[in-house]
Amino acid sequence: MRELFVQASYLLASVFFILGLKSLSRAETASRGVSLAAAGMLIAIVGTLVQQVIIDYRWIALGLAVGTVVGVPLGTRVPMTAMPQRIAIALTFGASAATLVGIAEFHDHADTMALGQRIAVAFEVVLGSLTVAGSFIAFGKLQEIFPSRPLTYRGQNAANFALLGVIVLMLIAVVAGVGGMPLFYALITLALVAGVSLVLPIGGADMPVVVALLNSYSGLASAATGFAISNNVLIVSGALDGTSGFLLSMLMSKAMNRSFSNVLFGAFGSETAAAAAAGSGSDLVATPISAEDAAVQLAYASNVVVVPGYGMAVAQAQHQVRELAELIEKRGGEVRYAIHPVAGRMPGHMNVLLAEANIPYDKLYDMDEINGDLSRADVALVIGANDVVNPAARTDPTSPIYGMPILNVDEAKSVIVLKRGMSVGFAGIDNMLFYQPRTRMLFGDAKASLVKLVSEIKAL
Amino acid sequence: MNLTTLMQAYVFVLAGFVGFLVIARVPPLLHTPLMSATNAISGISLVGSLVAAGAGRSVVSTVLGTVAVTAATINVVGGFIITKRMLAMFKRSDRRQSNAPKA
Repeated sequence: MRELFVQASYLLASVFFILGLKSLSRAETASRGVSLAAAGMLIAIVGTLVQQVIIDYRWIALGLAVGTVVGVPLGTRVPMTAMPQRIAIALTFGASAATLVGIAEFHDHADTMALGQRIAVAFEVVLGSLTVAGSFIAFGKLQEIFPSRPLTYRGQNAANFALLGVIVLMLIAVVAGVGGMPLFYALITLALVAGVSLVLPIGGADMPVVVALLNSYSGLASAATGFAISNNVLIVSGALDGTSGFLLSMLMSKAMNRSFSNVLFGAFGSETAAAAAAGSGSDLVATPISAEDAAVQLAYASNVVVVPGYGMAVAQAQHQVRELAELIEKRGGEVRYAIHPVAGRMPGHMNVLLAEANIPYDKLYDMDEINGDLSRADVALVIGANDVVNPAARTDPTSPIYGMPILNVDEAKSVIVLKRGMSVGFAGIDNMLFYQPRTRMLFGDAKASLVKLVSEIKAL
Repeated sequence: MNLTTLMQAYVFVLAGFVGFLVIARVPPLLHTPLMSATNAISGISLVGSLVAAGAGRSVVSTVLGTVAVTAATINVVGGFIITKRMLAMFKRSDRRQSNAPKA
């Protein structure tokens, strides 16, 4: 009877999780759905706690208490600008829970496990530790504890492939029942090393793909936990996480016109690309503009499209963007926002930042929604975006980003680019948009430039 | 492979399909809340951690289980709070309300 209650609570939790994710298809319903998923979680936890196998509640209480004390500030205090690293560190926690459960399971039951369970535990700890280490490195890069540029050395890919090969062999041995605990721990250690080694060479702008992919691994690790301990709610939520992460990383790769393997093993934007950029375009001159002139142009525009990029996130200029937009709107202009899928450091990064600054989400347009309409824009205001507006992706077959879908900012009637200097973007290539006759460059820190624009428009 | 494993594979594959269909409909606007929500849901590994920590099987299992309970609880508590907080910031423009009297 009690077991029936436990299983029923898991079924209910699974349904609530699916309904919760379904509600995320619309912003109006999303928040309610997340509450539903949280209720599902509570039901599953209560269901688990009444199980007969649990005889000692002291350690559980300790874990729940410490987890809550750490978790609440991570939920309430972390600023929205820190969301990419927040998600990365959450992946570390989630994957370590799965890995530790796998170790405990193998430690206690290695001799009595069926083949299916051994396979599940082996995958659980390999995917789990890979994600623990990989997402911690991603966290470090996003938090800028480690350098966010790709860290590469000669023969890196060969070394990584060899490492993965050894891991596969050891995984097979563990499943076959060879080597006992020492080999099991060695497998975990190597998987941790592989996680570090696979993420270190990946640069900051590729982080959306990596974080989404790690999300997928962490989901698969928890699904494997479900197989190992015969728990359906773990299998269901693991499958949901796994597909979600996989789908997002596919979308991100597509938005960069690159394959998974290219993101993971390409170490984009390293020396070769930078060298190519240095040689080209030296005779081209970008035309600067003063804040005063830019302000006049914006104040009298009736159709403005703002194109935010990672530079806006770095400068934390989203609130100044809103202030500027409100001024333009007060003068009768329309302001919309064009968001490239890989702008920023995680999927949906720009949307969250702009929402935080109280910009209504119905003014945020996806690339496909607004691209056909950019030619109507009087002014396209590019704030800290570079590669995602580089027309070379459409026109120059020799460019490393050729074929990548971009925002067609070059079609706007005029373009103002807010940028620190003439440095190249992440892909390490020059941007012809900056040299167009209709383009003006407003150099300086994005936040400072926006503050100047706001006060100039107010003074008009 | 026994029958239980096969039934579990059944659940996994079907849940994967459902996940694909549901998540494919999430607009790019909400991709960060989506990641944050799936992170919170991944805290469900708590159910496995609770058993490891409380079944009194071995010292190793109790210690690892307790750490796992802590880590999973951080994700559940922090994950749901931050997802709710994030979604609360997504607002429509008040254009519709201000137009309403004219209509």
